[in-house]
Amino acid sequence: MRLPLPRLLCACALVLAFLVAPARAALDEASLAGLAGDFQSRLDTIEALGVAGGEDARRVLDALEAGALGVAGGRAVIVQGESVVAAANGEALALAASAVETLTVNNRVRRALGTARAALALASADRGERLAAARTLADNAGQSLLPLFERALANEADDEIRGVLARAAARVNLSSADPAQRLKAARALGESSDPAVKALLAALLEKQGDVWVEPNGEVRAAADMAIHAIDRRIATAETVGTLFSGLSLGSILLLAALGLAITYGVMGVINMAHGELLMVGAYATFLVQGLFRSYLPAYVDWYVAAAIPAAFLAAALVGVAMERLVLRHLYGRPLESLLATWGLSLVLIQGARVVFGPQNVELANPAWMSGGIELAAGVVLPWNRIVIVGFAVFVLLLIWLMMQKTRLGMFVRAVTQNRAMAGCVGVPTARVDTLAFAIGSGVAGLGGLALSQIANVGPAMGSGYIVDAFMVVVLGGVGQLAGAVWAALGLGIVAKFLEGWAGAVIAKILVLVFIIVFIQKRPQGIFALKGRFADS
Amino acid sequence: MELETTHKRCTNFHQGDPSMKRRNFVQALALSASIAAIGLPVGAHAADTIKVGVLHSLSGTMAISETALKNVALMTIEEINAAGGVMGKKLEPVVVDPASNWPLFAEKARQLISQDKVAAVFGCWTSVSRKSVNPVFKELNGLLFYPVQYEGEELEKNVFYTGAAPNQQAIPAVEYLMSAEGGGAKRFVLLGTDYVYPRTTNKILRAFLKSKGVAEADIMEDYTPFGHSDYQTIIAKIKKFAAEGKKTAVISTINGDSNVPFYKELGNAGLKATDVPVVAFSVGEEELRGVDTKPLVGHLAAWNYFMTLKNPENDAFAKKYKEWAKKNGVPNADTVVTNDPMEATYVGIYMWKQAVEKAKSTETDKVIAALGGQTFKAPSGFTLTMDKTNHHLHKPVYIGEVRGDGQFDVVWKTKEPIRAQPWSPFIAGNEGKQKL
Repeated sequence: MRLPLPRLLCACALVLAFLVAPARAALDEASLAGLAGDFQSRLDTIEALGVAGGEDARRVLDALEAGALGVAGGRAVIVQGESVVAAANGEALALAASAVETLTVNNRVRRALGTARAALALASADRGERLAAARTLADNAGQSLLPLFERALANEADDEIRGVLARAAARVNLSSADPAQRLKAARALGESSDPAVKALLAALLEKQGDVWVEPNGEVRAAADMAIHAIDRRIATAETVGTLFSGLSLGSILLLAALGLAITYGVMGVINMAHGELLMVGAYATFLVQGLFRSYLPAYVDWYVAAAIPAAFLAAALVGVAMERLVLRHLYGRPLESLLATWGLSLVLIQGARVVFGPQNVELANPAWMSGGIELAAGVVLPWNRIVIVGFAVFVLLLIWLMMQKTRLGMFVRAVTQNRAMAGCVGVPTARVDTLAFAIGSGVAGLGGLALSQIANVGPAMGSGYIVDAFMVVVLGGVGQLAGAVWAALGLGIVAKFLEGWAGAVIAKILVLVFIIVFIQKRPQGIFALKGRFADS
Repeated sequence: MELETTHKRCTNFHQGDPSMKRRNFVQALALSASIAAIGLPVGAHAADTIKVGVLHSLSGTMAISETALKNVALMTIEEINAAGGVMGKKLEPVVVDPASNWPLFAEKARQLISQDKVAAVFGCWTSVSRKSVNPVFKELNGLLFYPVQYEGEELEKNVFYTGAAPNQQAIPAVEYLMSAEGGGAKRFVLLGTDYVYPRTTNKILRAFLKSKGVAEADIMEDYTPFGHSDYQTIIAKIKKFAAEGKKTAVISTINGDSNVPFYKELGNAGLKATDVPVVAFSVGEEELRGVDTKPLVGHLAAWNYFMTLKNPENDAFAKKYKEWAKKNGVPNADTVVTNDPMEATYVGIYMWKQAVEKAKSTETDKVIAALGGQTFKAPSGFTLTMDKTNHHLHKPVYIGEVRGDGQFDVVWKTKEPIRAQPWSPFIAGNEGKQKL
């Protein structure tokens, strides 16, 4: 309780603002005096400015945000270039800019500034602005904001905004002296899904010694019910959130493994350079981003779409080159091809290091992939992950169509099932091999494009995914697309639930142990080729 | 020179059993790739030079942080050579790449000391790499300058620590978070990469927080593996923890390139610095180059140096490095930045030079004796002193907030350099361990 004077002054300014002229009060020196005081009084002054409202308040807040608001001789002033004006009314002062001590804007000040701006925006004509403002204020609700909430509630017609405001007001009223007010507030808060509100309510149900924090039994019962309602909502939202994270991880695993499922399935080549094909796709995306930045800056948000064919083609070309130059000579010799592809992966990593440098490159998420949808307080589904799940479905659909509906797909399936017989009936197996390898590599490139949106793009990025990709393919059953899908989603969701329960490090270990046990019990994977056509 | 050696080794490989030829080809391919990655010593042997080793990962997960340290070491060596060298002899850098591979650090250190006969080694970033080379330096009586803030709990005769000990970075940062200016945090998330530095720092911080009256239930501790890139679950957990009441802050000891996905996810999940500030101990200007910094504005970092500091030494330092990067074709040379461990590397090399000149010898024991009490006017704006007894620098502490352009605004600083306490008083049994 060190600051009665500034607080009093703020309160006075507040009351004056309401009584005299609600939105158009010219600021007086007294309402800004707190700026020259200590840190807490400065924060109070800033928040009070927002509650008071008006053009002058806005001007002072703008100056604060721009780092131009300062104090000189106990008076709040604004620095404008070389000249200095009084913050309250904008009149020029005979002061040098160097004599002004400008206020540091740190996080705490920025929060007060955010509250003040939201208080101003509550009177905005735009519904979105008012809603955002109401939400900001609800998070920082304090006693000083209550009159503002009540005033806004009286004028607000929109139901959603009214809801937010009512709950914000209820949070403040929870500490009201009137039990009826508290009861009303506790009931209103049952509509919330915010864990912070739950914490507020739970505080009422505690005992200090033998005395309840909340003396009124009825209010306690209402608070208890509200807590249960909030708990249910939070639990549902959390489960959905975890399922979604699992789905998202699964879709990434799937994109990384799909290409491998094709090449491994068709040719039985253990392609250790598969991870590097992901890297090629990611770097192709990086190059496309660069092209857009230099030549089409207005459409830079759409570089990801343009990168789809680029990533596919780049990785497919590298794949064809690998197949034609090296792997073709090593068919039927799995150990040698394993070593050769491992060598190729080193060459590709080193190549990327020479061309792009050893450091990770920066890929910005386009604006439409930033941010997320808020399910409930604390559970957000980020757009970039939603888009990647959709993208995985899209790629899977394309591959399924290709495999089931085209002549090439039929050939690929024929070669997978029985290479010798397919060759006998006239399938050009060598060409099918090359094309299948190209498609598998291209799909890996698409995986790299997806990864570039959430993970780091650097020369060695692929080696982090090769183990995961093999895990998916082996678990799913060699040569089976459906198996890869189930394995990827299963692993993703299991890993995320384990992570929530045991932490990332233990989760990773548990998943590997699970796979080892599973493969021992069922070496052929979830789905296995059955029947006469299976290679023995 | 580089190519020649590689080639020689390759041909040696081929003179074996002819039936092994194909495998040899693959192995040679792999070998040549890895040799090229390692980078061979540059320059010719000459008696009138002093060799110094540079031991930083130029590839792998730590390359994001360590490459710049190699660059600044080379720049400093060039600068010293241009000014006449050390005791009239030119310095000859020997650069090796331990590739973010901890056991390889020990091998490379052994190679530097016993084969290349370097007078001193400047290197390492992660504590696990330092722990891996410590026995080598002890055994061969080498000299290591370690430029990165670390967890303390160590004092090696053969190592000089030019980065911060916990009381020069972590503790002041937490004190700031708990102050009114820092937002008055009451609940803390200790988040780190799973290895010795984060684990020990968090142990110290836990003890410190307890001493400040923070309850066990108000501390959440979580770790991720190196190179982790999926932070969804952890961020959801942090959000939940933060929403359970009381002001929350995150203390991040995440190292390497995991920071990029972490901060990206943080932005996407809508956790703003004004609600839940994140203070990082291993994120500086260099790490932020790979990130879109707009969602990060306001998050914090605690260091002993920031590029935005205004003083003549720092202006000159930043300018020199920019010019060096342009001249030497560093990728994206026009956007290079300087950061705390770079400054510590720079200071370390100069302190070593001064000590060698005082000792009039590059012999390890004589240099160690001469190093205590050395002073250097550093870019951090203070004259730093090498402590006489504990091999650490006295350093100022700065806390900065991320700006939109990836630089930091200093929001808090100490008035003068602080003496390091490598043995934290917050860990039991450390009393009386402050000296070698």
